[in-house]
Amino acid sequence: MQMPVPDPRILSQKDALVGALRKVLPGDAVISDPAETRAYECDALTAYRCPPMIAVLPASTAEVSAVLRLCHRYGVPVVPRGSGTSLAGGALPTADCVILGVARMNKVLERNYPDRFIRVESGMTNLSVTGAVEEDGFFYAPDPSSQLACAIAGNIAMNSGGAHCLKYGVTTNNLLGVTMVMMDGDVVETGGAHLDPGGLDLLGLICGSEGQLGVVTEATLRILPKPEGARPVLIGFNSNEVAGACVRDIIEAGVLPVAIEFMDRPCIEATEAFAHAGYPDCEALLIVEVEGSDAEIDEQLAVITGIAQRHDPVELRQSQSAEESGRIWLGRKSAFGAMGQINDYMCLDGTIPVSELPTVLKRMSDLSDEYGLKVANVFHAGDGNLHPLILFDTNTDGQLDTCEAMGAEILKLCVEVGGCLTGEHGVGVEKRDLMTHQYAPADLEAQMAVKDVFDPAWLLNPAKVFPLDTSDARRA
Amino acid sequence: MLRPESEAELAEMIRAAHAPLAIRGGATRGLPLQGEALDATGLHGIRLYEPGALTLVVGSGTPVNEIDTILAEKDQRLAFEPMDHRALMATQGEPTIGGVAAANISGPRRIQVGAARDHMLGVRFVTGTGDIVKNGGRVMKNVTGYDLVKLMAGSFGTLGVLSELSLKVQAIPEAEATLILRGQDMRTAVADLTRAMGTAFDVSGAAWLDASASDGGGERRIRVEGMAGSVAYRSERLADLLGADHVATGNQSAVLWQQVRDVTPFANRPGTVWKVSTRPSISADFCGALTSRGIAHSVIADWSGGLLWLCLDAEADTQAAGAAAIRQELARYGGHATLIRANPDIRAKVATFQPQPPALERIAAGLREKFDPRQILNPGLMAPL
Repeated sequence: MQMPVPDPRILSQKDALVGALRKVLPGDAVISDPAETRAYECDALTAYRCPPMIAVLPASTAEVSAVLRLCHRYGVPVVPRGSGTSLAGGALPTADCVILGVARMNKVLERNYPDRFIRVESGMTNLSVTGAVEEDGFFYAPDPSSQLACAIAGNIAMNSGGAHCLKYGVTTNNLLGVTMVMMDGDVVETGGAHLDPGGLDLLGLICGSEGQLGVVTEATLRILPKPEGARPVLIGFNSNEVAGACVRDIIEAGVLPVAIEFMDRPCIEATEAFAHAGYPDCEALLIVEVEGSDAEIDEQLAVITGIAQRHDPVELRQSQSAEESGRIWLGRKSAFGAMGQINDYMCLDGTIPVSELPTVLKRMSDLSDEYGLKVANVFHAGDGNLHPLILFDTNTDGQLDTCEAMGAEILKLCVEVGGCLTGEHGVGVEKRDLMTHQYAPADLEAQMAVKDVFDPAWLLNPAKVFPLDTSDARRA
Repeated sequence: MLRPESEAELAEMIRAAHAPLAIRGGATRGLPLQGEALDATGLHGIRLYEPGALTLVVGSGTPVNEIDTILAEKDQRLAFEPMDHRALMATQGEPTIGGVAAANISGPRRIQVGAARDHMLGVRFVTGTGDIVKNGGRVMKNVTGYDLVKLMAGSFGTLGVLSELSLKVQAIPEAEATLILRGQDMRTAVADLTRAMGTAFDVSGAAWLDASASDGGGERRIRVEGMAGSVAYRSERLADLLGADHVATGNQSAVLWQQVRDVTPFANRPGTVWKVSTRPSISADFCGALTSRGIAHSVIADWSGGLLWLCLDAEADTQAAGAAAIRQELARYGGHATLIRANPDIRAKVATFQPQPPALERIAAGLREKFDPRQILNPGLMAPL
């Protein structure tokens, strides 16, 4: 991965900057010893690593503002970091940067049930937000798989999704307002507890901007009442294509499940061996979950199983108990861990129109033959967000390169059929150089113009999102 | 008047323009625009409709009515229930989807499913420099690059002229029911509405109309939609919890929400009309504060009290006193107000949109400078020049 050459002028100012940072932050919040900054050298995309020059852990909006004001004055790039769970290298440092971690900002600021919102500091983990309102019957809907660890700050930066966004939407649909510190240290607030912020929709622009427009320190989030109940049904099929056609028919029929998850044979076998969820021996399976009272669930599942029957399922298992529901989800939730047990893998994240599922699954299997690497599929089928896992062996010479080349082909295929490069993981450094396959120069120029307005010197989260050669002139 | 019939023609016309353009679709919302009209209705047509993927791609000038018809053939609809302004504004013309998107127009169901902007999957637009830009796409989940789709939604044509939109659509549910209760005051009714929104019963409409906007001394409406059995179950539970004089179903229910969506009770009544976005739990206090400042008004509270339609008594509002009161009180309570309908005197004195805090205004001005450096797209509409 090509990254900008570290700026010697910046590196030479390290001591001065550390001194200045220690004047505005408590001593333990400024980390400059190379042995300790190494802890921040990568996020969950571990293939790329680079220790930052300095790491800071501010504990308030005022401290974040002080840090950014200093970095701005010194002309030092800043890489914001939530919990470091990005799969796209969204928090990958440069050698001359300050990593700004928000982990110490983890307080609940306000809960309001009549107006259905919670205001939190952005270092709170996704799951702890739900934890803060759960006893009162509410939850925060976006649920990325990393929800135990990932921070709201990172969720906002990447516009994170999850398994249940088919019904509840992704982060941007559940975010009401933010407090954000601009690169020059100015604090801005946009949105709030009311719906639809006034003026331009800066909130919508900030969400998903990968930490390049500002550092979000507080967020107002929509919370929802918990449904009365939820129940999954598991449906096994003889081919991927038939499973894909079944997904399309369910959507078209107008029932709106909260989740439709898809797993293919390689994934089923691996998870079976790992988690013993009792999955059937079949080519593809769907987990379809619906919500409501018992009677409402029965009513919806009757429609869904009726549709499934028309596609000759090899297995159709309606959960009869909480325990059985747990087992049905167990395999899905342990799928990534299971794949990791048997192989190295690269997890992709393209989205396609649901109608293209059968075609794309077929073409991926052709690519798999062509490149000689296996692909396992586990993904959110209801919204077309694919997560193909390409299996490879790091220790076999050249396999990582082959895997990356094949991954790029699959993502280009997603774009070709009317989809996109990334559905919920973000561009980061990982898909940065593929952006020109989805966007024409004028499209990228319009996005970069936004960055110019928020961060004219291009200091925030450098070398992400935009191909280096398209942003060169601006970063200079 | 300019009327491009293709995106390329639109780009050419914008490049050639040297003076302000007034961007319009059906021109049904009566916005105070200056300059030569640029009519987008020629950018018309359904480009792609995939019912099985819940996606629709259309030219921005396509009438909403045409979209409704095509979707209805497949038992689908636009979930966000966009308002038709014609009755309220006494305008002619056909509302277009581009106008809906540019103004981020959402109706009663917004509290359940999100706003227009939440259903916009992709846009194509032409900037003030005549550049053609696309952003987003036609898939449900997409985080590829910055989300300019949201930026365009609600930018009122000031950053670019929309040429094409891709939208997420929704299946029309089998059944709907509306619980009606009359005679409550605003505070009691809004408390009920927020309680309803806090239940697991998936309420898709929660509104209160005051005595002057309804029959019988104020009317509280709560809507549920879905499969028949489920609608029966949820309306029964909600009636047990919050009471109901009457439950309307089917078309009877639909008519009630069309009335709330289009604010028709204010249609044939004189007076300045404001649209206020605020928090439900303080909405009654806010209206009380207006009354005690002498600003007599009628209220339709939608979004469980988070959206207030105010019709200011014509005689009390001759000198635009209402504008000052509303915006000052909102500065205290939180939220913002948009001037929707006013006589020319008041229009001339009052900004349509609530002025933003200086820090946000600087960012907005910076974005306009980038996207429309010559200040020709609806200049001065969202912020003073």
